[in-house]
Amino acid sequence: MYDVTIIGAGVVGASIARELSRYKLKTLVIEKNIEVCQGTTKANSAIVHGGYDAYEGSLKAKLNVWGNKLYSQLTEELEVSFDRIGSLVVAFNEEEMKELEVLYKRGLNNQVEGLELVDGDRARELEPNLSKKVIGALYCSSAGIVCPFNMTFALIENAIENNVELKTSEKVESIEKLDEGFKITTSNSEYKTKYIVNAAGLYSDKIANLIGDNEFEIIPRKGEYRILDRNAGDSVTKVIFQAPTKVGKGILVAPTVHGNVIVGPTADNVDSVEDTTTSSSGIEKVDELSRKSIPNLPLNQSIRVFAGVRASSDKKDFVIYPSKNAKGFITVGGIDSPGLASSPAIAKYVAKLLNEQGLELEENPSFNPKRKAILGFEHMSLEEKKEILKQNPKYSKIICRCESITEGEIIEAIKRPAGARTLDGVKRRVRPGSGRCQGGFCAPRVMEILSRELNIPIEELVKENHGSALVDSKIKGGDK
Amino acid sequence: MHSELTCIACPMGCRLQIEETENGYIIEGHTCPKGKKYALQELEDPRRMVTSTVRVENGFLALVPVKTAEPIPKNLIFDVMTQINSVVVEAPVFLGDVIVKDVAGTGIDIVATRDMPRASK
Amino acid sequence: MKYEVVVIGGGPAGLGAAVEAKKCGANSVLIIERDRELGGILNQCIHNGFGLHEFKEELTGPEYAQRFIEQAKKSDIEIMLNTMVLNIDDERNIIALGEQGIMEIQAGAIVLAMGCRERTAGAIAINGYRPAGVYTAGMAQRIINMEGYMVGKEVVIYGSGDIGLIMARRMTLEGAKVKAVVEIMSYSSGLYRNIAQCLEDYDIPLMLSHNIHEIHGKDRINGVTISKVDENRRPIKGTEEFISCDTLLLSVGLIPENELSQKAGIAIDKITNGPIVDSKMHTQVDGIFACGNVLHVHDIVDFVTKESRIAGKNAAYYVRQSLNKDSYVSTKSDKGIRYIMPHKILLNSEEDVNLYMRVDGIYKDSKVIVKCDNKEILSKKMRHMIPSEMINIVLKNELIKDLSGEITVEVEGEKHA
Repeated sequence: MYDVTIIGAGVVGASIARELSRYKLKTLVIEKNIEVCQGTTKANSAIVHGGYDAYEGSLKAKLNVWGNKLYSQLTEELEVSFDRIGSLVVAFNEEEMKELEVLYKRGLNNQVEGLELVDGDRARELEPNLSKKVIGALYCSSAGIVCPFNMTFALIENAIENNVELKTSEKVESIEKLDEGFKITTSNSEYKTKYIVNAAGLYSDKIANLIGDNEFEIIPRKGEYRILDRNAGDSVTKVIFQAPTKVGKGILVAPTVHGNVIVGPTADNVDSVEDTTTSSSGIEKVDELSRKSIPNLPLNQSIRVFAGVRASSDKKDFVIYPSKNAKGFITVGGIDSPGLASSPAIAKYVAKLLNEQGLELEENPSFNPKRKAILGFEHMSLEEKKEILKQNPKYSKIICRCESITEGEIIEAIKRPAGARTLDGVKRRVRPGSGRCQGGFCAPRVMEILSRELNIPIEELVKENHGSALVDSKIKGGDK
Repeated sequence: MHSELTCIACPMGCRLQIEETENGYIIEGHTCPKGKKYALQELEDPRRMVTSTVRVENGFLALVPVKTAEPIPKNLIFDVMTQINSVVVEAPVFLGDVIVKDVAGTGIDIVATRDMPRASK
Repeated sequence: MKYEVVVIGGGPAGLGAAVEAKKCGANSVLIIERDRELGGILNQCIHNGFGLHEFKEELTGPEYAQRFIEQAKKSDIEIMLNTMVLNIDDERNIIALGEQGIMEIQAGAIVLAMGCRERTAGAIAINGYRPAGVYTAGMAQRIINMEGYMVGKEVVIYGSGDIGLIMARRMTLEGAKVKAVVEIMSYSSGLYRNIAQCLEDYDIPLMLSHNIHEIHGKDRINGVTISKVDENRRPIKGTEEFISCDTLLLSVGLIPENELSQKAGIAIDKITNGPIVDSKMHTQVDGIFACGNVLHVHDIVDFVTKESRIAGKNAAYYVRQSLNKDSYVSTKSDKGIRYIMPHKILLNSEEDVNLYMRVDGIYKDSKVIVKCDNKEILSKKMRHMIPSEMINIVLKNELIKDLSGEITVEVEGEKHA
């Protein structure tokens, strides 16, 4: 019998898993997709917010500010790139300036650090590419950027190294309350567990329904984005938000930790939680709004458009609560923005809730908080490159020409706990396919490596989910 | 009977008008003699070069590219392909090697278009 | 490590340059190739149509490549395979990564021959998901011709350039059903020969003036919606049509791969996307030459070979210090001409100079006029010109000696589209 079973391995589920791995517990994570990080975590703005946006007294405010503070130590322990570059919410008129003052006061009440209201000139000192039409901004020096994929992989790897179990390609189908704990039936198996944490993101309401909870409903909201080539990387140096207007929240323009620029998102209600389609109208909106903030943004250097769906709910706040129907069932639902920034704090908060529900948290003395990143060849110095080649000759073969990614890194990405099993999985861990050519050069080579390392025929490899086969069939050779 | 054809002898791409009469074909629309020649060939005995690949055992690569040594009758293209796909050759293969003799009864061979050495272990 | 001439790229451009450099007196010549064998893109171009000018024969890509590979092997040229150049600087220091590890190489002269890559759909916001089954034509060509896997069974191809047309035939021969080739312009940019032998032969519809409006399918593509477009290439409402397919091939353009060139500070022309060069294929950085697709996208490999010989020869002369980089005139494209290569013509040349250019539309029965200082010096009657077919005009040596000012080239005639 497991002590805790976490349903869902996005950044929230992975954070909770890692937090619980500090304690002497038998913990299981169940993920319905082939790999972790295939839901909203893989398609968002990648921002660690300051915390002035959420309403005073809300869980969002508390967990955002707490989580933001935890990021420095956590990303250091897990060797995940995190950059506290700061953010500017810019205003173009007096009405918007008033909105900024509201945010500023709210931020102070929420105990956000590093907040300052600045005028247009100071804003342009902080971000030289800013439009001359900006008359003022709310500057937050504690805001930052992170890679949500690497964060999730690092968390889950560390959790597994500290004895958490992970099952993927398993969908939870029913949950039965037992005298002691629960029985979870998945598409493949059955598990008995004392406690359950429902971190199922876009499906967190459906999972809650399985034990009779009907407290909230997921209202999916889609956001479309553009990613610009790394050559455009210096067109913005801070996270640039736009003051909320009657029309909406505006869009952001920000650097990514990998040197690209991310632009977006829109915010449109969609019928299905699976609707990650992009549209020419959506992207046009992104382009138009982005030019307001950064007029010379080189949108023609776009390498990719994509969309993510937010697990927004019909409640204004995060929906994190222990079930009244079933003791020991904690739902972590409705995690939209600032979910990524809050995730380390959500994890600690949930641990506390579990403890209040009766779970004993005895510290595990052999807990190792450190996880080593996969060494990226491209950014190594000449000396470091020579050193790694001595240790691992697989680093001598460059597979991704756009970002000088070697076979050594790709193999590492596959072999790690919760390692890559799909083409996109390799892309999100070590980048081939993220660059200018979008996999045009490297995809066939990455497929070869996946096939060889996992001992899976190329015809069975998928891009991301079941049903996304990359090729149709092997041809030639007499047996047709 | 009237038909049309685009000449491929040069980048002009003249559109040829063809009239079939009891006395033979009347061809118009060409701006040089190559057009007429091409049209007659296409009408009487259309032929095509076929290029493809054949699987190799123990080769440096998995496939070796091949071609028909000469153009084969157009209506036999898929018969030629079926035969090519049924063959497996053993490395090493050399440019010009006959991979299939007299493919699909055309009298024309399938030949390799590059060397394919044995895989080194 | 020191070499007199280092050629980056072992495709037809690199091979031609290396062989010529050796012939013209370079003592040590090295080809650095990132793939497992020489031949470059020709290895996957298993169709024929290569070599008509160079060898007066019609060869397949691998056959053309093999001729030059054999020449290179016979010429005492050193070859490094599976080796990627990571960096070059403007003093011709090269850092490369191969099976022997990291190498620092000093070159007397460098010839850039890295070729080009394919444009992706990344910038085009086609409505829909980003499912599996969407490939660039070249990627599909590699997987089918070299790895031996069919990428799909029911195919739509976006872009009627030669690569798209060739793949339409290739996939049909391997048993797929090619439903349509969709082209946003009102004319195809491929050779008529390919339209006839790749589309008409197999009854594959060519849908001109159409764009792909939407991709369907979340995990794997299951269809596309196409629409007719107007003169401004905007979709016309009400003309949408759904075509089911499990594969979409994109043949939407090639871009010279100049990441390395930019690292060395070489000036790049925004229209060709390749280095700015003179008639000796010399870039603006001393001792670095360029040829082939990295310089500008070619359609006929024979012209690549011609260009590569100029680059190789002059790289060798540069090392011998017998290269005069002196007075020159600039070339400029005028009405009807999209770009001209090379950007500069050296006046002290002992040879003819080949001007390569592309027009900006379809021209029939027109004239290409070459002017010097606004006075006509040469003209060539052309019955038929389209943008996808590079035009070659030879400036004879005697003419070059008398040049006094800027060379402009223009088209006299009506643009048809």
